[in-house]
Amino acid sequence: MAGFDKRVGSYEEAMDGLESGMTVIAGGFGLCGIPENLIGEIKRRGVKDLTIYSNNCGVDGFGLGLLLEDRQISRIYASYVGENALFEQQMLNEEIEVVLTPQGTLAEKMRAGGAGIPAFYTATGYGTPIGEGKEVREFNGRHYILEESVVGDFAIVKGWKADRYGNVIYRDTAQNFNPLAATAGKITVVEVEEIVEPGELKPDQIHTPGIYVDRVIKGSFEKRIEKRTVREG
Amino acid sequence: MALTREQMAQRVARELEDGFYVNLGIGIPTLVANYVPEGIDVMLQSENGLLGMGRFPTEEEVDPDMINAGKQTVTARDGAAIFSSAESFAMIRGGHVDLTVLGAFEVDQHGNIASWMIPGKLIKGMGGAMDLVAGAENIICTMTHASKHGESKLLEQCNLPLTGAGCINRVLTDLAYLEIKDGAFHLVERAPGVSVEEIVEKTAGKLVVPDHVPEMTFEA
Repeated sequence: MAGFDKRVGSYEEAMDGLESGMTVIAGGFGLCGIPENLIGEIKRRGVKDLTIYSNNCGVDGFGLGLLLEDRQISRIYASYVGENALFEQQMLNEEIEVVLTPQGTLAEKMRAGGAGIPAFYTATGYGTPIGEGKEVREFNGRHYILEESVVGDFAIVKGWKADRYGNVIYRDTAQNFNPLAATAGKITVVEVEEIVEPGELKPDQIHTPGIYVDRVIKGSFEKRIEKRTVREG
Repeated sequence: MALTREQMAQRVARELEDGFYVNLGIGIPTLVANYVPEGIDVMLQSENGLLGMGRFPTEEEVDPDMINAGKQTVTARDGAAIFSSAESFAMIRGGHVDLTVLGAFEVDQHGNIASWMIPGKLIKGMGGAMDLVAGAENIICTMTHASKHGESKLLEQCNLPLTGAGCINRVLTDLAYLEIKDGAFHLVERAPGVSVEEIVEKTAGKLVVPDHVPEMTFEA
């Protein structure tokens, strides 16, 4: 890796340094815009006791659901889980700790973490079980709870196109949590559908500037659809 | 007669105003999109990062990168914008969404809502609901008035763990349309053929009934 060239040659290299016990922040919403192949590489490595920050936990046999098969996740911060039987089973057996986190709070934890802000006040969750035990402050007559941000040992991100400088753009709603995750990794790895020449991406249209990105790799993607809904043409 | 799901959606749709940005939850709220009144333009916000949700795609248009917050494949309408989850919840928490419609298990006379967790049952999570109720000034809750066993879901105090405190100001049930203010439910309209007595009987929280309670009307 020379200078600003963030490209790596293999998935093994892309996830080099990942160890058991680490915290990994993942982009994606449901199965949309998930870093499929980086998750596959985590599975292949067999690392255990991971803490995951992700909106969801995939489905049986796909996405983060793959990491449940060998019990690689010990804790997950997510807003909505349990689309998969294996997850339910591990949750009921207390093999996996689930920290349910409101979706906007989860996004802000990543955004703030990447922006060097250790905690923030939000009205979300005040007066609910989510607010229990958290510091409360009143601003302008409203109650807010203190939520801590997150920085991951790794962030795994799915982009559409990147250049070798690590500038990334996302496609449609596959953006979701990806640009936030990208800011919040000590090591941020982005897999994309296409690596383009520098200059091809317009500077004012870049979603994730390369400064946040450590490694870029081109992959091929299944892009499984969770709920196919169509109207009559 | 209690309202059907479609009639509930139709009634909620009458609260839409031209130029509203609206977030619709899963279930009956989603159906509201089918009844936007003629001559009114609304933009639907989907919290996974889409403002200007369009129709479902045709088979040819299906794109795995285009989904809504219910994870269904969708399209974007003309004038839509797509953005990150942080931007999406900045809109929601920042009070920029004009109307939020969502379902609930229970609401109470103080505007508290419980919609995400039944202790002892499998808990899947709150998704974006807690952010939505914390951020919106204008929320309509759609729900059945009472359980199958006839137990009221409009309570003095919610029994289930809350999604948000003091945030709900309007409720549309299968029996009635009500406002919540000053620590009470205020009956505004009743479903066609449903008596005030039945609504009184099935409302456990404090209920204020005006002298005249108009019946909702629906085109056949």
